[in-house]
Amino acid sequence: MRTVVTVTETVVETPSTITLRFPYTPPSDPGQFVMVWLPGEDELPMSLSYTEGESKGVTIKAMGETTRHVLSLRAGSQVGIRGPYGNRFDLSPSRVLVVGGGSGTAVLAPAAERAIARGSRVTVALGATKSPELLFRDRLRAAGARVEVATDDGSEGSRGFVTGVAERLLGAEEYDAVWTCGPEVMMRKVAGLAAPVRVPVFCAVERHMKCALGMCDACALGPYHVCKDGPVFPVGQLLATEDFGVFHRDPSGRRRPF
Amino acid sequence: MAELGITVAGVRLRNPFLLASGIWGESGESLAGAWRAGAGGVITKSIGAEPRAGYPNPTVEVYADWGMLNAMGLPNPGIEEYPREIEVARRAGATVIGSVFAGTDQEFARLAGRIADAGVVAVELNLSCPHAEGFGTEVGSTPADVERIVRAVVRAVKVPVIAKITPNSADPAGLAEAAERAGAAAISAINTLRALAIDTSLRRPVLAHGLGGLSGRAIKPVGLACVWQIYRKVKIPVIGVGGISTAEDALEYVFAGARALEVGTAITFEGVELFGRLARDLSRRLDELGFARLEDAVGAAHSTAP
Repeated sequence: MRTVVTVTETVVETPSTITLRFPYTPPSDPGQFVMVWLPGEDELPMSLSYTEGESKGVTIKAMGETTRHVLSLRAGSQVGIRGPYGNRFDLSPSRVLVVGGGSGTAVLAPAAERAIARGSRVTVALGATKSPELLFRDRLRAAGARVEVATDDGSEGSRGFVTGVAERLLGAEEYDAVWTCGPEVMMRKVAGLAAPVRVPVFCAVERHMKCALGMCDACALGPYHVCKDGPVFPVGQLLATEDFGVFHRDPSGRRRPF
Repeated sequence: MAELGITVAGVRLRNPFLLASGIWGESGESLAGAWRAGAGGVITKSIGAEPRAGYPNPTVEVYADWGMLNAMGLPNPGIEEYPREIEVARRAGATVIGSVFAGTDQEFARLAGRIADAGVVAVELNLSCPHAEGFGTEVGSTPADVERIVRAVVRAVKVPVIAKITPNSADPAGLAEAAERAGAAAISAINTLRALAIDTSLRRPVLAHGLGGLSGRAIKPVGLACVWQIYRKVKIPVIGVGGISTAEDALEYVFAGARALEVGTAITFEGVELFGRLARDLSRRLDELGFARLEDAVGAAHSTAP
């Protein structure tokens, strides 16, 4: 049930982030992920950053050893793909605030694009450590989104965290939904900002994952399995667990504080 | 409705459908979820002495709806931290059976003691994982090994001891007899069948570990044969496991001699709500066949056998 595909294109999006494009026909929706097998290395869950048509894509930040290996892939490299797995963003809200921190924007960009194509108005609060690390800023603007930027070092947009931008926007404008993906601590903060103005928040959660089938329990988060019940959750479900933004599970299943 | 409640190895189960070890079970919240969905009991992930990350991915390969190959590599949080998970499941009211794996009889006894102290109703010994060096099948493939390990554990714990034996052996029933001699309260049969998948375009095994264990519908006839043979050789109860995804599958196992059943891969394919459906459908089918109680159906096919 894996398909071995040949990478058709690699795009260096930022100094630490790369997109792989490959032919893969199964239909997919924004929010879903695939398992990407790098033969001899590992198989990792990756959000689809390109969900339309027959050329799909994933966008990865180099963090661990294996994801650094991804940076060495070139057009012509063979990878195995299975999926897509998981649920999707509800694209029906007409005024959406997207809050993307770092590589979390990978899963948000196709959701924003498709929502805009359906007629929604999308504002993006986009954050990164520094200007060159801002992911998909130009892509989102080209799609018709308004993009408000924050960088930790102030090299572009306002200095500080993306949550500062989100706070300002939520205080000044009306939204029907917030979509966010990034560190759980950040998403918790976003939930706290949206609660007083009663805007529903949907989080795309990233957890350690092995089988992606709802079998192995590696991605257990409270009563949920991120691979099957998520990755997109209404934040209320997440806040009702003891673990969201507080504990994660390591590859052995041990509960560890963030 | 036919009575599904049954006592196995001194443990009263509200129905015979147990969550098999290895499916979910790293987290107490997941065990609690299986219980709430209607499982008759839940069996933990196999727990070892130390936290263990397991093998790198790929760890699974799925074959349509007829089977799954896995080599997870016994990932588990380790015995020191695992009691928290058991406690979460118990607080939800779950009947929890603790599974342990070890490389020696002394280590099995120590781990069984620790998991028993955490409040499980019985201990299941993983003598059968087909893909972990130094564990599972490697320590449980001869009657002498099984007998020695089970004896050590039985001496160390007060709760019933269940031996989960391997089908990757010339004589699974002989392993079950050895476990019975050593004082096991029940036998679980079977674990996965050693198996392999190769990706031809990459010319390499799919699983990072190479060999894995096959589960799911494909192995049901193998499990049935093992349960059938074991039932004829031992007096202690047999827990049937391997490819159960419908009440009819379950009833085949019951007729072959199983007093309880473990369900694993089918939960992955069909969702945890399957537990509720299995119980309802089995009760209805027993009604149709004229059995008032599940208990009365155990081993029913043996009386007509050649």
